[in-house]
Amino acid sequence: MSKDYEVVIGLEVHAELKTKSKIFCACSTAFGAEPNTQVCPVCSGFPGMLPVLNEKAVDCAIKTGLALNSEIAEFCKFDRKNYFYPDLPKAYQISQYDLPICKGGYLDIDVEGERTRVGITRAHLEEDAGKLVHQGDITTTPFSLVDLNRSGVPLLEIVSEPDMRSAQQARAYMEKLRSILLFADVSDCKMEEGSLRCDANVSVRPWGEQKLGTRTEIKNLNSFRALERAIEYEAKRQMEALEDGEVIVQETRTWDEGKGVTRSMRSKEEAHDYRYFPEPDLPPLRIDRDWVDTVRKSMPEMPVQAGQRLMDQYGLSQYDADLITQSPQNLKFFDETLALYADAKAVSNWMMGDLTRLLNQNGMEIQDAKVKPALLAEMLRLMADGTISGKMAKTVFEEMFVSGLDPQTIIKEKGLVQISDANSLLPLIDEIINNNPKVLQDYKNGKEKAFGFFIGQIMKATKGQANPEMVNNLLKERLNRE
Amino acid sequence: MELHQLTIHELQELLSRKETSALEITQAIFSRIHAVDKQVRAFITLTEEEALAKAREIDNQGEYGRIAGIPLGLKDIFCTRGVKTTCASRILENFVPTYDSTAAGKLFADKGILAGKLNMDEFAMGSSTEQSAFFSTCNPWDFTRVPGGSSGGSAAAVAADEVPFALGTDTGGSIRQPASFCGVVGLKPTYGRVSRWGVIAYASSLDQVGTFAKDVRDCALVMNIISGKDPLDSTSVDLPVPDYSASLDGNVKGMKIAYPREYFQPGIDSQVQEAIKKALIKYEEMGAIVDEVSLPHSEYALPAYYLVATAEASANLARYDGVRYGLRDFEAANVIDMFSRSRAEGFGEEVKRRIMLGSYALSSGYYDAYYLKALKVRRLIADDFSKVFAKFDLIVSPTAPTVAFKIGEQIGDPLTLYMNDILTVPINMAGLPAMSIPCGFHEGMPVGMQLVGPAFGESTLFKAAFAFEQNTDFHTFRPALEVK
Repeated sequence: MSKDYEVVIGLEVHAELKTKSKIFCACSTAFGAEPNTQVCPVCSGFPGMLPVLNEKAVDCAIKTGLALNSEIAEFCKFDRKNYFYPDLPKAYQISQYDLPICKGGYLDIDVEGERTRVGITRAHLEEDAGKLVHQGDITTTPFSLVDLNRSGVPLLEIVSEPDMRSAQQARAYMEKLRSILLFADVSDCKMEEGSLRCDANVSVRPWGEQKLGTRTEIKNLNSFRALERAIEYEAKRQMEALEDGEVIVQETRTWDEGKGVTRSMRSKEEAHDYRYFPEPDLPPLRIDRDWVDTVRKSMPEMPVQAGQRLMDQYGLSQYDADLITQSPQNLKFFDETLALYADAKAVSNWMMGDLTRLLNQNGMEIQDAKVKPALLAEMLRLMADGTISGKMAKTVFEEMFVSGLDPQTIIKEKGLVQISDANSLLPLIDEIINNNPKVLQDYKNGKEKAFGFFIGQIMKATKGQANPEMVNNLLKERLNRE
Repeated sequence: MELHQLTIHELQELLSRKETSALEITQAIFSRIHAVDKQVRAFITLTEEEALAKAREIDNQGEYGRIAGIPLGLKDIFCTRGVKTTCASRILENFVPTYDSTAAGKLFADKGILAGKLNMDEFAMGSSTEQSAFFSTCNPWDFTRVPGGSSGGSAAAVAADEVPFALGTDTGGSIRQPASFCGVVGLKPTYGRVSRWGVIAYASSLDQVGTFAKDVRDCALVMNIISGKDPLDSTSVDLPVPDYSASLDGNVKGMKIAYPREYFQPGIDSQVQEAIKKALIKYEEMGAIVDEVSLPHSEYALPAYYLVATAEASANLARYDGVRYGLRDFEAANVIDMFSRSRAEGFGEEVKRRIMLGSYALSSGYYDAYYLKALKVRRLIADDFSKVFAKFDLIVSPTAPTVAFKIGEQIGDPLTLYMNDILTVPINMAGLPAMSIPCGFHEGMPVGMQLVGPAFGESTLFKAAFAFEQNTDFHTFRPALEVK
């Protein structure tokens, strides 16, 4: 980014845990319900109400901790984080302060062929707040409404060490973390629904400097792209400020997606004193090793192991393996296709190429696509046996994506069958050579273009259905005999 | 004796012999309330109609259990479904819960009849019931005196024969001190023995539900009903509940009773000390072994308590922000202003004082010096008690430093008022069970004796208290109310 400065990034990620009920009461956690229909006296902070810890949320935290190579605390506790806000019914959030459930850990990221180990500082359990609904803009709204459906949804806050050195690395960390949470089946990780959220701590320092620069915390990062852009912007802003002799102020900033800038929200002086203290309504949580072992045994294959398997077994590159292990659904698609058609490179290319492109264009997830592994496998088989060309395959694939029809049907309907029959191609080749004596002469004189002309003519005559490889060979043989 | 004067077990007997009905009892209770409560002022809310309907229903069913058909009072800190629950605060003046607290729900399930909700110091912060946002309650023994607090309404109602029993809560002495001032039996069980679910929180790690009764037998009976693990309260303890009534055998022979020298200091009224010493002699006569012990960290209990309790209160009371229920200021210009104004209008002086104290104790830079230090002191206090209970079955002391004081006498001086809790607070800090029973009179006012047991040793308290009751008649005295 700059030859004079190094960027230092740490991320705080909030993942909503995929439990059926909230962390301290029995209310549903389902997304998208009518406002205030998934509430009870506990999660709306009524007098005399007490929290009861959801064991499933603890399971999720242990799973994540194990996947992130963390130490699962034998003894942890909950604390109250005090602040007033209309969406926080008790005016304190039950969180974990000095004794989190997961301590330490790491995950490895690969950016441009270079592997970096990012340390995990901690991960702790807490409850989510509700949300405010404004009439238009927050500054001009005549009143605000409070929706407490989200209040009490379990969150795991995962804090990284300041081990990332570029926006690309931060994005790669976020993507890797997301895939781990998805594989562990502990969170839906839908950034657009807020079930995965991220704050970035960014600072810059002159190259070679050991001491960290003053950091700012960026909030409101709702997508991978926003994360990357915001960090790039913020790092540049800090470098320019330092170049201009300014001092970086420790503060919280918000990312303005529309304008593409970060803006100051509040300074360190305005920061809350959260007055943390141990939550007296919940006894400390003791996690015996049997509990951890039970969870460990229930752990599915994690993306790191799956990726390694793809590289070892099929010789895929790290890059391809990372892409396929982005989500368990991706991997499942790959594994199922491969079981039917054993060319890993071909399957991977089609998944990462046309399939990903079409999914992105249509804003779909792989599990919702009409193209199923069996269809892709069949298409690849037809390509391999020469029934269709690579170009035709693209057409077939797009059609399969839209209709979900099997490739045979599509080929028949569109008349896409490739001509791979020498007996029907040879007379055509003869005819074209005979009709173009001048070009033949050019060829004999060593003009390369002449060969291409003949190919073009043959393909044109067969409406592109001739097997290009076969045409190539037959034409060569034929011309050599002249 | 008239119906309203009887104990639960006496009423039970009449009911089982069909010599009275739930309706007769309930009517008697309400006519007593109407006769005396204009002066005593124990009740914030009366639920007469519902009570009479319930009584008829119970009579129709014709089966009387442990407390079936017996009226009861609840400190207005217990949430009651469909019945206003104010915590004696303006901020909850019109709050009607949609749920019954677990303890109250257990009494209702046992067919106990709610007569009404009882006055208290606002959010249980006080020792005289003068901190109620609505009115002060008078001591039935002398209307110019306080009934104690914070469960003053509960104690006064039982003492004035307005209800046979009532529930209260005790955070630093709020059951025992008013029981002492009003000459009734009051028990604060072990922390975790009774569910706190649905009880409006003051200081969560200290709050405990307990009961006021006219005698020890009634107290045991109510405890049998309300005790036990509640899946909705993670701090309630899953230990079997013994039949407390079974420990009422009157035998204290060989029981080892300790009296801590720190609880018999010059700050404690000499006549009060005298009454306790006489009681100890009585125990010796009954065959108990009595000896002096030391609880060396006692003097630090009160300051440590006021840090822990106020810190927790500052968070517990933060939810009263006017957003979802309770008092809201509609004049506010913005949301922060709404919070401030609602809370400024809704809370009384003492509540604000404790919220500020607690917020300060938890503030960045002060936490270690105040809150954390207080937690360490708390551990030392608990250790003091553990050492004594390794050798003794019971600790005996005065409940309060004095008999009931005059209304208005201490109200302007918070520190003097806080001193009322000096003998009761250490027990909450240690989470132990303790009971106050009548053991004498001074200036015509009742004196209470505090019995303290080891954790979950309520049976020992009942045993010792019942034996004392069997050998004395202090519990039979009732205030001669001059009904105007």
